[in-house]
This record gives sequence, structure tokens and C-alpha cells, in this order.
Amino acid sequence: MPVQYEGIRQEHVAVRTHAGLFDVSHMGEIETSGPDAERFLQHLLSNDVSKIPLYGAQYSVLCREDGGVLDDLFTYRLEADRFLTVTNAANHERDHQWFARHGEGFDVSVSDAAESYAMLALQGPQARAILDAHLEGGAPARMRVVEARVAGVDCLVCGTGYTGEDGVELLIPPSGAVQVWDALTGDGAAPAGLGARDTLRLEVCFHLYGNDLSEDRNPIEAGLGWVCKLDTDFIGADALREVEPSDKLVPFAFTGPGIPRQGNPIVVDGTAAGVVTSGTMSPCLDIGIGMGYVPVGASEPGTKIEVDVRGKLRPAEVRERPLYRKEQ
Amino acid sequence: MAEESYPDGLLYHPEHDWAKVDGDTATFGVTWYAQDQLGEVVFYDPPDVGTQVNANSAYAEVESVKAVSDVFAPMSGEVTEVNEALKEAPEKINDDPYGEGWMVRVRLSDPSEADSLMDVNAYKESLGR
Repeated sequence: MPVQYEGIRQEHVAVRTHAGLFDVSHMGEIETSGPDAERFLQHLLSNDVSKIPLYGAQYSVLCREDGGVLDDLFTYRLEADRFLTVTNAANHERDHQWFARHGEGFDVSVSDAAESYAMLALQGPQARAILDAHLEGGAPARMRVVEARVAGVDCLVCGTGYTGEDGVELLIPPSGAVQVWDALTGDGAAPAGLGARDTLRLEVCFHLYGNDLSEDRNPIEAGLGWVCKLDTDFIGADALREVEPSDKLVPFAFTGPGIPRQGNPIVVDGTAAGVVTSGTMSPCLDIGIGMGYVPVGASEPGTKIEVDVRGKLRPAEVRERPLYRKEQ
Repeated sequence: MAEESYPDGLLYHPEHDWAKVDGDTATFGVTWYAQDQLGEVVFYDPPDVGTQVNANSAYAEVESVKAVSDVFAPMSGEVTEVNEALKEAPEKINDDPYGEGWMVRVRLSDPSEADSLMDVNAYKESLGR
């Protein structure tokens, strides 16, 4: 997927006001099946896998024993004992090995399904209308998945996304992906690239692995405690029970000029105390926005901070999430 | 965005900056090629009036959504005026890189530095145009 087609801002606005189509085929997939599939995933994933209904979706993180985050992922239940987990491209190989390595003692089959699926994300207020024109079968509700034909191709249609807009993500046999792409773009979905995907997710404060999440950070300090159900005893739960984070990931916005960038120091009361993990110019708010780790004492919304952007201190303020809301 | 163009009468620097010299003052900006490489400019951070700029050194930054780029001075001197309009409308750098997208005016300390810059034909040749 390219960084941009027509321009990041234009694509960003198209998704917020109409509909955009992202080729996210770089994402990986792991299929887990067998009588112990649920119990196995409960052991690996941080959320309560038993709560995923048939054709349901759930967000979770994959942790090491010490609580460091290996990946953040969506898992779909396709049959009572068959699940599909979507991985981040850069982590896919490691995730798959982690799954395979922990299979002992479980009656479960784990397979790398990355080559079986292309993935397109159709997102925006008009996404469902565009989908409906090409859909045979019902569309999924949010956080649900259905098997349906889109533009004549059998797909998994998932009511999920990474933009803060309504829409779907389509898991498609690779041979049919171009046909689906052409049908949806031909009907008005604007091709959108990696650049817009990043600005859209940052406006609504969705985490990006490698920026806001890493093996060196645990999900509690990353603000993902809500997907960590410690009583399910997943790998890492013991460590997370002991965690009293000194830092917290917070969204912030500049109150003056400038654009924060990943790696910029965050200055609190005149001292470098944190770091920017994601930063950009918000196309909708027209100000510099970002997320970064700050000491817990500076994490309350409204706290004044500064960001050291290549030697210039730029005033900023910790904000509530999301930074951008639809009804503004 | 503007159509690709490289006006006659400007002097060009290999870092894709232009200078329009008028006696002992000059106006600086970036070329069409530079803004095209950068993409949509969303932020311009100008120097202060009175700043000394040195030929071949960075004097300002322009940022697109994804990246930051330095802007290099084609000649040396003191900044006498900055294009304040770019603070509110940095996209003028894309729309009109040789007109409304100008960046600074400078009182030149050594007008003979012009001799080391390229004319339009030499610059176009350097771009393979």
C-alpha cells in the first residue's frame, strides 16, 4: 500500500466526509481451530475470548510473560472452535511462532493464513451504502463478521476499522481482491494510503504497534487495561497484576504552531520527562496532535506540557481521548 | 498544486531553492521540484527578521504531513522580511512556489555569491528536464 494516492489530507477528508478504501493486505492472519481453540486463545490473548460470540470480533493484546506487548490484534470467531486473528505485518512471523510454540498441551491446530487473504478496509460515513450496492447477503453490525459475496467474490465482511468512522474490513481471497477494489472505487470510494490511515487513527487515538506499543511497554501504561482481563490468566497476567505504572500514554494537542514527531522529548515543568510516540498535523483539527508517554502525575487532561521539536519548545496540552469527535 | 515550471531570471541552488536578486537584496523560496518532492506543505517555520542566513545552510523548515525538510539559503545575508502569510496558508508553497509561496527577503552580504548559483537552463539540466 502506498503512503498516498492523491494526497494525505485529501484522502483523510474523503474518509471523514464520504468513504475511502485502503489496501491493508500487508496485515497477517493466523487461524486457530480445534476442540481447545478457545481455551488456547484464552491462554495467549489478554481479553476474555470466551465472551466472543459466534461471528463476533474482539480486540486484545498479546503479551510476553513480563507483560511487554508483542502485538495488538483483532480476533474473529468463525465457528464455535475456529478463530481468525489479524496480526500487524511486522509482527506476523513472531506472532505465528509464539502461537505455535505455546500449542503444547492443547488439542489445537494453528496455521499461518496470511497468504490466504487480501484485506481491504472500506471506511467512512458512506462506506456501508457503497458496500450495500455490491453485497449479496446482510452486512455485519459493528464488531461482527459475516460471510458474504462482495462484487461477486466470497469474503469475510467485518464490522471493524481503524479510522473512527463507520465501515467494514474485508478479508478476501487474493485472486478476487482486484475485482472488489475496482467495484468499490468505481462506486465512489476514494483510494486511501498509509499516510491517511495514520492521521485518521491518530485523531481518534487508536494505538499503532511500533509507535505507541512495544515490548518495552505494558498494556496498562499504554491505556489498554480495559482489554486485559487478568482473571483469565493469560500469559503476562501475573506480571500485570504487580504493575503500578509510573508512565501513562496520553493524547495531546499543540496550543501553538508546530508538528510533533515520534521521538520528540516531552517536557514537564522544564524537565524532559516523556517521549512522543506518534505525532502529526491533524487534517480535521488543523493543529499538531500526538500521543506520548508522560509521568502519571502529568497525565490528567488539561495538564500543560511542552514538546521539544528539534530544539524548539512547543506548548501543548494533555487532552481527553479521542482528540477528534464526529459531532464537533 | 501548480504545474511544473522553472522561471527564467531566477538563480537556482542545488538543494532546490531559488533566489531572485534585486541589487543587494534577494527573495528566496523553493522550486517546483522541491515542493513536489515534499508533498502538501502543512507547516512553515520561518526565521525571525534580523536572522543571519548563510549560503548552503538551512534557515527554515517546511513540513508535510509525513516529513520535515530543511530549506537552504542560496546566498548569505540578513533576513529583512518573512512571508507571514505562510503561517496561516503554507499550502501557497505548493500552489505558487515562485509567487505567493516566497519565503524570506534578505539583505545580501555578498552579492557575488550569485556567481556560484545555476541559471534556469543549468538547473533544469541538473533535474534531467
